[in-house]
Amino acid sequence: MAFEIPRIPLAEWCDIALDWATEHFSGVTRALSAVIGTGIEATTDFLVGLPPWLVIILFGLLIWRLTTARIAIFSMLGFAFLWNLELWRATLQSLVLVLVSTLFALAIGIPIGVGAALSKRFWRVVAPALDMMQTMPSFVYLIPAIPFFGLGAVSACFATIVFAMPPTIRLTALGILQTPPELVEAADAFGSSRWQKLFKVQLPLAIPTIMAGINQTIMLALSMVVIAAMIGAGGLGGEVWKAIQRLEAGQGFQAGIAIVVLAVILDRITQYVARHMRRDRQGG
Amino acid sequence: MNAKRPRVQVRGLTKIFGDEAGAALPLLKAGQSRAEVQKATGAVIGLQDVSFDVDEGEILVVMGLSGSGKSTCLRCINRLIEPTSGSVLVDDTDVTALNERELMEFRRTRFGMVFQQFALFPHRTILRNVEYGLEVQGVAPDLRRDRALTAIETVGLKGWDQHYPSQLSGGMQQRAGLARALALDPDVLLMDEAFSALDPLIRRDMQQELVALQRRLKKTIVFVSHDLDEAIALGGRIVLMKDGRVVQQGTAADFLANPADDYVRRFVEHIDVLGVVTAGDAMRQPAAVKPWQSTAAEALAILTQSGEPVVTVVCHEGRFQGTVDAETLKQAGDTELRLLLSDREACVPGTATLNDAVAKLASGRGEIAVIGPDRELKGVIANADLVAALARRRSETTH
Repeated sequence: MAFEIPRIPLAEWCDIALDWATEHFSGVTRALSAVIGTGIEATTDFLVGLPPWLVIILFGLLIWRLTTARIAIFSMLGFAFLWNLELWRATLQSLVLVLVSTLFALAIGIPIGVGAALSKRFWRVVAPALDMMQTMPSFVYLIPAIPFFGLGAVSACFATIVFAMPPTIRLTALGILQTPPELVEAADAFGSSRWQKLFKVQLPLAIPTIMAGINQTIMLALSMVVIAAMIGAGGLGGEVWKAIQRLEAGQGFQAGIAIVVLAVILDRITQYVARHMRRDRQGG
Repeated sequence: MNAKRPRVQVRGLTKIFGDEAGAALPLLKAGQSRAEVQKATGAVIGLQDVSFDVDEGEILVVMGLSGSGKSTCLRCINRLIEPTSGSVLVDDTDVTALNERELMEFRRTRFGMVFQQFALFPHRTILRNVEYGLEVQGVAPDLRRDRALTAIETVGLKGWDQHYPSQLSGGMQQRAGLARALALDPDVLLMDEAFSALDPLIRRDMQQELVALQRRLKKTIVFVSHDLDEAIALGGRIVLMKDGRVVQQGTAADFLANPADDYVRRFVEHIDVLGVVTAGDAMRQPAAVKPWQSTAAEALAILTQSGEPVVTVVCHEGRFQGTVDAETLKQAGDTELRLLLSDREACVPGTATLNDAVAKLASGRGEIAVIGPDRELKGVIANADLVAALARRRSETTH
């Protein structure tokens, strides 16, 4: 060959960027990691410390309040099943990780979604970023998470937030943009300010759509929490990971089924809440 | 200050849609036609030099077919659509000159708006919908609740305040829409095809109620409609629009009597003449009038000569007293007319429509009197006059 096209040093560039970021920000992120990690650990330890039957009853009552007796009983049976499989501790670890990640994802994602709906320019920046976040194989996020947050739950949490946030952003923006134009016009005609329009009309009307996004975020968070076992997140994913390493098919399926049970419980609750959040949508 | 000054003055309102509005405006002002300007610049002309006044206590109907620019025109008044040029004066304020903040304040207190598809907020109860305008104004919760409940009662929705819009029929939803606008106690009420989405029967009721309400509240109402019958039912002046321009303004009767062009003539062709033409328009001078102390014989003489079906009897001040027919007169000899009177009610005010006149004629003896506010005799309408009036209108509208 007379000449050769040189390889674009993409990997090297990514490393340089990451190194730079690590050098400048890892102090902050490590400190943050310590705080969040302690929080996650303390919550998990607290719940694990309580007698499982008590936790199951408390969960049941909470779910009953949020939804119906049927879903509450079904969820309690599901949790009892997981306890019976001796996966109780792992279940709680995964659950706490999912909920914490989801909370962060919502706290960051909903404002971004609102911004994206209100500003076309902002949306043009956000949209491709979202596409990338969702197409990138999820475990790639695990690698840079480690230098920032160290091995363990917080890195898992970070990767989960990045992976699970896009549906919340997308559906928040969609919900707001889908506000019927005549209602926006009515709000304008009565002299609403931009914020009044947002908080009194657009956001309340977008709630069912946003809830659908939250439901997807929780489901994605659960799937990521399982993968995050590879960097020591523990939980049900940890059980699967162990089974893979030891080639124990039975143990693997048992943990897998446990994840499915947890997923179904979370899905039913959020779907119910999504459907019934707006009072005028209730039957009758 | 001049008491008769209109509350709302729309002056030379022009709206050009599209990015080429800046280039299109001078061409339009130079007298090029809508089609020419659109061809030259690609800009679509929504409104062209629209001017009209609205007085306090009036329901002005802006009428036209779809695409005539009537809704655009309404939205330019409160600047939901930004006019390209021209001005809108409400009292002494030039709405088109307000900045964003002032416009918001102005909309909050001065304009109420009612929409074709109601545009109620589905996630709020009727009460919270009606409160909306007051809420964005920052009125205290107790006060705005009271004012909202009063408005709800005004439109006849008492007891429905805790329901959601989806639980109400279309007619009731639009009542709520009207209450939402009235709760602000605005000076100007903008109504965009407000009753067009309702069933015909409910639409008629709402039109009548709006007229009754307006008599009491004396707002300044601009009502957009595509329906001539609705415009007539609301009873006020009409601004007829076509292709973004005003073709003619006036009452429906003006349109019938003096149509500005063929378009207006065609527009009013199928109008219910009986509902538009007044008794005052159709009456003529009576040929057989007698004061009530005259004798029957005198009356019979003039009646026979005139060819009228009845003698119209008045008192000394010229006030209508009743009628007497030939049969009665023949049998009465020298009796004074006042003792023979019948049909004291065989009369209509000059402002009544021919519909009312027809009803009276049907139950009477072939002729009724047309009277003024003090029952003074203005003229008469006989069956033949009615037919003649109808025939006249027909030929005016078809040729």
